[in-house]
Amino acid sequence: MRIRLHRLQAFDILNYVVLAAVSLLCLVPIWHIAMVSLSGEGPANQYIVGLVPIEFSLSNYATVLRLDKFWDAFGMSAARVALGGLVNFLLTVMMAYPLSKETSYFKSRNVYIWALVFTMLFSGGLIPAYMIINELHLIDTIWALVLPGAVPVFNVILMINFMRQLPKELEEACLVDGASQWAIMTRIYVPLSLPVIATVTLFSVVGHWNAWFDGLIYMNQTEKYPLQTYLHVVLASRNLVNADENSVMASLTDRSAISTQIILASLPILVVYPFLQRFFIHGIVMGSVKE
Amino acid sequence: MKITGKDRAFFHLLLAPGMLLLIVFAYLPMVGIVIAFQEFNPTKGFIYSEWVGLEHVRFLFELPDTLQTVRNTVEISLMKIAAGLIVPIAFALLLNEARIVWFKRTVQSLVYLPHFLSWVILGGILVDVLSINGGAFNQALSWFGIQPIFFFGDEGWFRFMLIATDVWKEFGFSTIVYLAALTGINPALYEAASIDGASRWQRTIYITIPGILPVVVLMSTLSLGNVLNAGFDQIFNLYNPMVIGTSDIIDTYIYRMGLIQAQYGLATAIGLLKSLIGFALIVTSYRLAYRYANYRIF
Repeated sequence: MRIRLHRLQAFDILNYVVLAAVSLLCLVPIWHIAMVSLSGEGPANQYIVGLVPIEFSLSNYATVLRLDKFWDAFGMSAARVALGGLVNFLLTVMMAYPLSKETSYFKSRNVYIWALVFTMLFSGGLIPAYMIINELHLIDTIWALVLPGAVPVFNVILMINFMRQLPKELEEACLVDGASQWAIMTRIYVPLSLPVIATVTLFSVVGHWNAWFDGLIYMNQTEKYPLQTYLHVVLASRNLVNADENSVMASLTDRSAISTQIILASLPILVVYPFLQRFFIHGIVMGSVKE
Repeated sequence: MKITGKDRAFFHLLLAPGMLLLIVFAYLPMVGIVIAFQEFNPTKGFIYSEWVGLEHVRFLFELPDTLQTVRNTVEISLMKIAAGLIVPIAFALLLNEARIVWFKRTVQSLVYLPHFLSWVILGGILVDVLSINGGAFNQALSWFGIQPIFFFGDEGWFRFMLIATDVWKEFGFSTIVYLAALTGINPALYEAASIDGASRWQRTIYITIPGILPVVVLMSTLSLGNVLNAGFDQIFNLYNPMVIGTSDIIDTYIYRMGLIQAQYGLATAIGLLKSLIGFALIVTSYRLAYRYANYRIF
């Protein structure tokens, strides 16, 4: 018995060490870049910064925050997050509510559901999608970043599943009292679904902040790039612009500037991360609840 | 309960804007697939461009790059699927053995983090940290006397790094479903097994693993639908001309051919083949998931 206890403890210690090491592996690269961004330009470019800043200074941040290009991109990202998040939120609620009704009650439900699900199974592909945006003259407008993903199909399905497991008696009681469907939706279903609504809205806000490829293909004018697209372009050019050290591009792509821009572009995510964490586990568990 | 005409009209009205957007931005592009059978000219549009039948599809099979990109795509995604199943399951089992609550919480907070950052940001970080010229990881390796490794410039290493960095980003988030399954196992089973003298290892083998097996089966079947998606965002942010031979996938190929070289017909034809095979894969995976894990999306 004694020996066995001892072996278990050895396993526990080893387990804690492994878990701690793996967790640190997820944090350390991001931490390291943050420390580079907080160090002087000399130490950063000599690659001698580790896990603490050397020659601590905020001058990299001052430099990046003075760039018009950076603020243009930041503004575009903020705009798409606000507009895209709002559109996603409204459409999710508007589509999920009627589709959460029983088919016997709302006969056309199945047709709508199939139309919705089919978009998850099959797509026209990159080129036709691009041509449609082009034909509609949405190139270089914020609508090109908002409208193609305006209906977040997966979120709608999560919401439908959540609304379906709310007690049917609620609606029946309202109908007996003579409430309209509008009243039932806005006063009963939406308030009761608020945790899921918050979860899926947060998902789409994060999705909009992180999206970069649509900006790359739908925006011809570089000053209309959202922040992630702008950062992608800066990162992609960092190996190419060593020739002329005085050019604007070279000042954007030295190691200090790049690290600073990476951290600034992740900052909003890091700020909402505690909320994300609180919500998303509930969201995943709730979405999987079915009758 | 009877639905009134007013209620029905209200429901249709609620659904109309979303449906209109789906028609324009999801269904119209499906019609736009006709580009695959045309010598498409954007100024002439979908109707007046010259029709060439299956010319693009035929030409596609003659291009040596096509076969290579398909092979790359399938190889990379299968390796990602395998690693993306094994690592989260193993990590969830280890985390389940940890008893200190604040420690578990902290671990979870840290490992979920990379999932929420974009591949642009993570690509930027990884390229710096794993760089051959002074990157932190190579510096750490040099303490052990290991020569610097060109992780993102060597074809063999690059493949491995695609799998490793994908696991690094997603394993934490993927553990959530397994942790949820683990909390669903009846604790009485563990108590009974302990009284019967089962060791920790035996409890894991005979209670924990069978307990989460349905979820494992579900995740495996669902992942089948992604065999043709090898991770465009990741590869596009990490690859470079040195490693393009072994890392060019269908999606990057379509992007370069279609939007850079303006070979619209050819690129749409590849996209169409991908969508068709992808459709078959997703439908199969849902059917398998329904049959073996009783999974329905509704």
